[in-house]
Amino acid sequence: MAGDPTEILTKHRYDATRLVQILRDVMAAEGYLSAKTITAIAEGLKLPRARVEGVAGFYSFFALEPRGRFRVLFSDNITDEMAGSLELRQRLLDAFHIGLGEVSRDGLVSVDATSCTGLCDQGPALLVNGHAIGRLTPARIGAISSLIRGGAPVAEWPENLFRIDSHIERKDLLLATPLARGEALAAAIARGAEATLEQVKLSNLRGRGGAGFPTGVKWEACRSTPDDERVVVCNADEGEPGTFKDRVLLADYADLVIEGMTVAAFVIGAKKGFLYVRGEYPFLEASLEATLAERRRIGLLGKDILGTKGFDFDLEIHWGAGAYVCGEESALIESLEGKRGIPRNRPPFPVTNGYLQRPTIVNNVETFAAAAFVAVHGGEWLRSHGTAKSTGTKILSVSGDVARPGVYEYPFGVTVEQVLADCGAENTHSVQVGGPSGTLLARNEFRRRIAFEDVSSAGAFMVFDASRDILEIVDNFARFFAHESCGFCTPCRVGTTLVKQMTNHLVSGKGTRRDVKDLARVCNVMARTSHCGLGTTAGNPVLHALEKFRPAFDQRLASLEVLPSFDLDEALAPAREATGREDSGAHLSSEEEP
Amino acid sequence: MSDTTFSMDGRDIPFEPGQTILQAAVAAGVYVPYLCFNAEFKPHGSCKVCTVKLNGRTATSCTTPARAGDEVESETAEVRELRKNLVQFLFTEGNHFCPSCEASGSCMLQGVAYELEVMSPYYNPLFPDRPVDASHPEVLLDFNRCILCELCIRASSEVDGKNVFALSGRGIKKHLIVNAESGRLADTTLAVTDKAMSVCPVGVILRKRRGFLVPIGRRKYDEHPLSEVAVASTSKPEEGT
Repeated sequence: MAGDPTEILTKHRYDATRLVQILRDVMAAEGYLSAKTITAIAEGLKLPRARVEGVAGFYSFFALEPRGRFRVLFSDNITDEMAGSLELRQRLLDAFHIGLGEVSRDGLVSVDATSCTGLCDQGPALLVNGHAIGRLTPARIGAISSLIRGGAPVAEWPENLFRIDSHIERKDLLLATPLARGEALAAAIARGAEATLEQVKLSNLRGRGGAGFPTGVKWEACRSTPDDERVVVCNADEGEPGTFKDRVLLADYADLVIEGMTVAAFVIGAKKGFLYVRGEYPFLEASLEATLAERRRIGLLGKDILGTKGFDFDLEIHWGAGAYVCGEESALIESLEGKRGIPRNRPPFPVTNGYLQRPTIVNNVETFAAAAFVAVHGGEWLRSHGTAKSTGTKILSVSGDVARPGVYEYPFGVTVEQVLADCGAENTHSVQVGGPSGTLLARNEFRRRIAFEDVSSAGAFMVFDASRDILEIVDNFARFFAHESCGFCTPCRVGTTLVKQMTNHLVSGKGTRRDVKDLARVCNVMARTSHCGLGTTAGNPVLHALEKFRPAFDQRLASLEVLPSFDLDEALAPAREATGREDSGAHLSSEEEP
Repeated sequence: MSDTTFSMDGRDIPFEPGQTILQAAVAAGVYVPYLCFNAEFKPHGSCKVCTVKLNGRTATSCTTPARAGDEVESETAEVRELRKNLVQFLFTEGNHFCPSCEASGSCMLQGVAYELEVMSPYYNPLFPDRPVDASHPEVLLDFNRCILCELCIRASSEVDGKNVFALSGRGIKKHLIVNAESGRLADTTLAVTDKAMSVCPVGVILRKRRGFLVPIGRRKYDEHPLSEVAVASTSKPEEGT
């Protein structure tokens, strides 16, 4: 029955920690979260109503107002834009005579933008009622318009629309070495938990999510915290624009990743695990659940794993709902607990006080994959690859102006130049390594290396050739951070919006020297006072571009030192709307006639 | 006694185990500007106005545990500039018109702005659309002035046991909501005697029919600046005078 969430609440055992999952299911069933439904959920879970409304209002895939029966969200990463997404989006908007963010009058369709959906190697991409469609062309947009008009449920649309390719272009240690199911677990059990931990420490494996914290140290801290219930969490909330390697790992190497999680559980003594997958990847659900079921069937998950008395471990998949900040480990844990994804104050750290205050390790998908191999082959095996400070390999998500976008695995220490040559990049102007929060590299830096001691990266590698406009790139990233700031702390909440306004001002040619100075000032305040990594890195694109491509900014400035930031003509827009006038006489400056 | 003190701007600040830098400073009678902190509640760390430099790096003093031997910089030009910008951010974000505000003179945002010599919001105001909630017979909520410190949320939940307030939205759209399907304060269980009624550092939660009961010029921070009042009300009696 519409508005009655009883069935969904029952499915989730009336467990308030599952609130994000419950809201996700209600969204899928009803298209939005009505005030009545929110009240019913709150009553069912015995939570304050405002708390449920607060969670519903936090995640961008949840809607508090009705959206179209077909809710289309265009991925707005810079790589999508470069591949023509804005024109395609306009085409769809025109087909239904609606504006961005609007619902058509018959309630059939709404079209909006969403942050990078992780299909940068096969963009432009969109989500329709949560289902991902890549490789958009005018023909595909035409087909989608017809299907929407036809009204058939998305599940019945032609399958070929939803094909997602893995595009593995270069394999190294992780992607090329075979691993039989249970091999790493058997090795870990044979070696023992403590000795396995020693191998992980010896390997000098560092977190692949970008921060590079030593995995062995994290596991040891968790293992040595007294508690009956420890927790293993795999962070697959791959939200950094330009990154998609975790999508590929979970699609093609799910066994390896889950094996790594189970090894971690063995080492730290955890019985419970979570695989937190970003909401943009629902197409992975069937294969992931099948992998989990198979592993349970053959005794690699569940009670007495591989016949080892007392080695009990199982995990469940938790789906994100459109919030980049949940990639931050403590925000991710909040989300797992059914809350708004707000990064916690630290100390205490998750290794002592994590999920429901239990000792918890949160590691990246790729880290678990590497850990599984370390359990089999030992620490020296990983150390024999990469550099002294960055052992092993790094999987890169290569996209943008390249001939062969896709996933590339390299030993740490590979030069940017080498990657560019391998993926067929020509006339490259700049590379964004590690996504918007990472490092923007100019041509004279292409000899630099991908490694924690040089250019650190969570995996994104977006290539821009000389035809691209650096200001538009910066503007795109500024919009991303403003959209994704959780809003907890003043500097990030306000700063990201100010940066977005200022870059927009500059891109539209209305900027002055003062704007450039203010932009750097705001970015500096954000970098130095923000609560978490989102805010401290949100100014990076601006600061790096100002440092490396200053002339591009100066060329764009209006000639005056100071310009009124107040646009008198724009302020007259409500008057024009009220009188229905759009003629030149209704404008102060007749720029362009519509 | 360096094992129980840290240094702030060259001055030794004693602390007790478990105290944060800000808590210890205020207890020692040293003012550090803040907005979301309230000595009666667990530090929250969202406004960032209490930012200091700790051993050369910036840190949030209300949530960072005090450690013996730490070198803390507070009243330096560099730290003041960061704080000043954060206060300007807050003025930019909301609709703050001091001359017509009921809270003028007893408003911490205004008080901190005076302390940091903020003369203007500097940045282009965002002018958000935040309708007031006048539904309650005794209480007016003027969201225009909300700085999202969450003190009313914490007070209602932790002290009143009611959860009248919460946050919804994200980023710059984050906003205070009340616990009612109608979205109206009148439909919540708020009572004028609630702790949540008395913790707002600005002018959001106002008793009706009490406007200008205390005339401008005789309000909380009119006679003594915020920096003196804040320290006097939270420092230990033996260190007060």
